[in-house]
Amino acid sequence: MSTTQDKVAPTSIGDIPLTRPQLPSWAPALVAAISVAVAALPVVFLGWGLVAMVLLAVVLFVIALPAWSSSVEGSRKGKDRLAAALVWSGFGLAMVPLATLMWQVISNGVPVLSAEFFTYSMRNVVGEGGGIYHAIVGTVIVTAFAAIISVPIGVMAAVYLIEYGAGNRIARIVTFLVDVMTGIPSIVAGLFAYALFVLFFGPGVRMGIGGSVALSVLMIPIVVRSTEEMLKLVPGDLREAAYALGVPKWRTITKVVLPTAMSGIVTGVTLAVARVAGETAPLLIIAGDTDSVNFNAFSERMATLPVYIYYSYMQPGVPPEFGQERAWGAALTLIAIVMALNILARLISRSFAPKTGR
Amino acid sequence: MTRRGDTVFKSLATSAAVLILVALAGVAIFLTLEGMPALKAEPDVLGGKGNIILYVWPLVYGTLLAAALAIIMAAPLSIGLALVISHYAPRKLAKPIGYLVDLLAAVPSVVYGLWGIEFLGPRLGRAYAWLAENLGFLPFFEGPASGSGRTILTASIVLAVMALPIITAICREIFSQTPTLHQEAALALGATRWEMIRLTVFPYSRSGMISAIMLGLGRALGETMAVAMVLSATGVVTINLISSVNPSTIAANIALGFPEASGIKVNVLIFSGLVLFVITFIVNFLGRLIAARGLVKEGR
Repeated sequence: MSTTQDKVAPTSIGDIPLTRPQLPSWAPALVAAISVAVAALPVVFLGWGLVAMVLLAVVLFVIALPAWSSSVEGSRKGKDRLAAALVWSGFGLAMVPLATLMWQVISNGVPVLSAEFFTYSMRNVVGEGGGIYHAIVGTVIVTAFAAIISVPIGVMAAVYLIEYGAGNRIARIVTFLVDVMTGIPSIVAGLFAYALFVLFFGPGVRMGIGGSVALSVLMIPIVVRSTEEMLKLVPGDLREAAYALGVPKWRTITKVVLPTAMSGIVTGVTLAVARVAGETAPLLIIAGDTDSVNFNAFSERMATLPVYIYYSYMQPGVPPEFGQERAWGAALTLIAIVMALNILARLISRSFAPKTGR
Repeated sequence: MTRRGDTVFKSLATSAAVLILVALAGVAIFLTLEGMPALKAEPDVLGGKGNIILYVWPLVYGTLLAAALAIIMAAPLSIGLALVISHYAPRKLAKPIGYLVDLLAAVPSVVYGLWGIEFLGPRLGRAYAWLAENLGFLPFFEGPASGSGRTILTASIVLAVMALPIITAICREIFSQTPTLHQEAALALGATRWEMIRLTVFPYSRSGMISAIMLGLGRALGETMAVAMVLSATGVVTINLISSVNPSTIAANIALGFPEASGIKVNVLIFSGLVLFVITFIVNFLGRLIAARGLVKEGR
């Protein structure tokens, strides 16, 4: 009590500072430079690695800047600086895996790529040579069948949820369970497909279409979710205008609602395809692996890119270098396919975006 | 007036929706059907374990341990990342940064496996040696350190990287939905940016953050290939995180064992898959329930 009086009483209006002292705008840059310089010392004198230096520099920066700021600007501002520094260094940390992974896949994968690599299968190949033609064919067939199964079911279910169900009991349960279904582990989907196909074809069954069924279990929820979002964006005025003209509900949906939402639906489907094209576990279970080209999804084993990568890296044969090299080449190819699908999806959504005034 | 086209189309749509329910039920039913014979499995297909419960338990332990470690690492990092995208980055940078994080989600799990073995493992192996030497008194770092770095901790780091984009995507969505008025009111009262985030963004998105973390946990529990490739597992129960003797996870165990399995061994693996399905179902169910509750409570 007395302390506050001591402080307040003698000051006249002019003595109360209206601004707090602030660090100059170049303070962070200065602290960063000093941190890097200090972190470089053990590199020079103790022979530390580059990674250790960067880590030390970040730690120094995260401690030093908030400390300086606390002493000059007060503890609240210091905490603010600390949070900002932590959040940004967290971002830097999260980019390390992405950068190193990309660099590694590209540097290991590019030397492997050749015309032979894309046009030959692994049939009768021992050691050097061979390619991933059979795996690309398998991936395309399995994923295409998965899309053929999932898209009609997913889109129709979303139509039910938005156009017919609209908040009734079944629709609420389905929406909730679709959300839960997005979390089914991919290997469980593979086991489901196996358990289903065993009933018809007996134990030890392996076929491409089984892989498609497993992938559709993973793909349907994604298609439903994205289609639902898109159908919600279609303005109610459009539907009412159609009804007012006497158009039946199903014609309204097929001729007005779905075309309006089409670009969004296609985007969602493309992203879903990109997501399942890289799935390994279910295909390992039910589609298996083979060295030869197989165009028939309904009989025998079918190689796919992810499974091919797995086997040629983990069981490369003798000598191991050639198998592992091919694994990196296939990994680069798979990443390129998935990225291309993602970019395609973004292009579709950008160029055909519905004009809803958003 | 009812039209035939309407009736047909409506029943098509309805049956598609019901089919999804049937498929989900089918997953549970078929796994149970094919998994039940495993209850009568003999010790010789169970790797010497007396019964199926003793066989599955170490795998459940490994699954939970790896996923929990992954989430401990991924959750704070993802929330930070989401804040960068929603509040810290300048508007022009926020979108590209969002794309970069999405790229992490687009990388297939088998490629993460390659990365874990070739890049992460050997580098962490050296760090593990240091940990075993200097922090060996802690039970987690007891050692002897694995030279190849193919330990449960490495596997969890890979899992954390894979869960990161999922948690980040949901968190940033919720963070950016915080009412602008709340945020501006906090700033107008003189709050710093961090105080504004703590006072308005976090309370508003608490349930969303929890559900995002649950969903990330669901992903980490079920992830297969990265663990199967990175982890050198022996199926023990231990809390030593850096030795070459590691617990395996359910999913990895299935992926490694299934291609060569036959007879009752297949049923044993399917039974363990059923256990995994139940665990992930519960986690995802709770996550979605918390999210739904949050939506109702916040009146969104």
